Amino acid sequence: MSTLTCQNCGRITLLIVLSINIHRVSWSIQAGSPRNPEQKIIKRVIALEGDIIKTIGYKKKYVKVPHGHIWVEGDHHGHSFDSNAFGPVSLGLLHARATHILWPPQRWQKLQPMLPPERKPLQREQE
Amino acid sequence: MLRNALGKTFRFVGYTVQYGCIAHCAFEYLGGIVVCSGPSMEPTIQNSDIVFSENLSRHFYCIRKGDIVIVKSPNDPKSNICKRVIGLEGDKVCTSNPSDFLKSHSYVPKGHVWLEGDNLRNSTDSRCYGPVPYGLIRGRICFKIWPLNDFGFLRASPNGHRFLDD
Repeated sequence: MSTLTCQNCGRITLLIVLSINIHRVSWSIQAGSPRNPEQKIIKRVIALEGDIIKTIGYKKKYVKVPHGHIWVEGDHHGHSFDSNAFGPVSLGLLHARATHILWPPQRWQKLQPMLPPERKPLQREQE
Repeated sequence: MLRNALGKTFRFVGYTVQYGCIAHCAFEYLGGIVVCSGPSMEPTIQNSDIVFSENLSRHFYCIRKGDIVIVKSPNDPKSNICKRVIGLEGDKVCTSNPSDFLKSHSYVPKGHVWLEGDNLRNSTDSRCYGPVPYGLIRGRICFKIWPLNDFGFLRASPNGHRFLDD
C-alpha cells in the first residue's frame, strides 16, 4: 500500500499497489501519463480492451479499445486531460488502484467504483 | 529444544525476507540479467543470448537514440520486448518499410519513443504498433554475457540509415 499526493486536487489518496491482473471498468486507477512519463494521473477506467465507446472530443468519434489497452476518463468531463486527449492507455502504464481519500479529513471516503450511465460502452466484449 | 528450533526458523524467515526485499529493489531499480528470445534483434542479439540490463537510465531519463531497451509490450503488459530506440520525442522517423516505394515520415509524439528491431525484415516494432510511451521502458541493455565468444558491449545498429538527422 502506498499514499500519493494528487497534485491537481490537493488530496492524498490511499492506493493499493498490486500487480493488477484483474482490472474492472469503473475503478479509479493511477497510471503514468502517456504524454509525460514523470507525471502520474488518477482517472476512472471507462472501458477495457475490445469495448467500443463513444468519445468526447477525441479525434475519432467511436473507438474500439485495442488489445492490452484501457480507456480512462476523469469525472469532470471537459476539464480533464484523459483518454479523450491522448487516446487509449497501455496496460503496462497502470500502476495502482485508488481506494480511499485520506486528506483533507472532511473528504474522508472510500472511492466507489461507479460508471456514469451516459459513459457506458456501446459494446462490451467481456461481461 | 523446541525454542531453539523456533528461534532458528524465525531467523531464517527474517533473513529470507530481508534478502528478498534487497533483491527486489536491486532488480527494480538497479538492473538484472535477461534472457532474450526471438529473431528481431539479429545480428546484435541472437536467440537465447543472455544480457545484462540496467534500470538506472530510465529513472534518470538518460535513454538515448541507439540504445537497446527492454520495454513492456504495449499490447500485452505481461510480456517484455527488446528493441532499439530509433527516435525520441520530437524526432522525425521513417514510418514506412525499407521495401516501400513511397517513404512516409512522422514525428514522435511527446512522452513516446520509436522502437525498431535490428532485423528489420523480421521484427514487429513501432512500424507495426506505433510509438511506445516512455513509461513502458523497463531498462537499458548494456552488456552481453552469453555466448562467451560475443561477450562485451553491444554493437551499434546495423541500420544506421534509419536514424534520421533533423
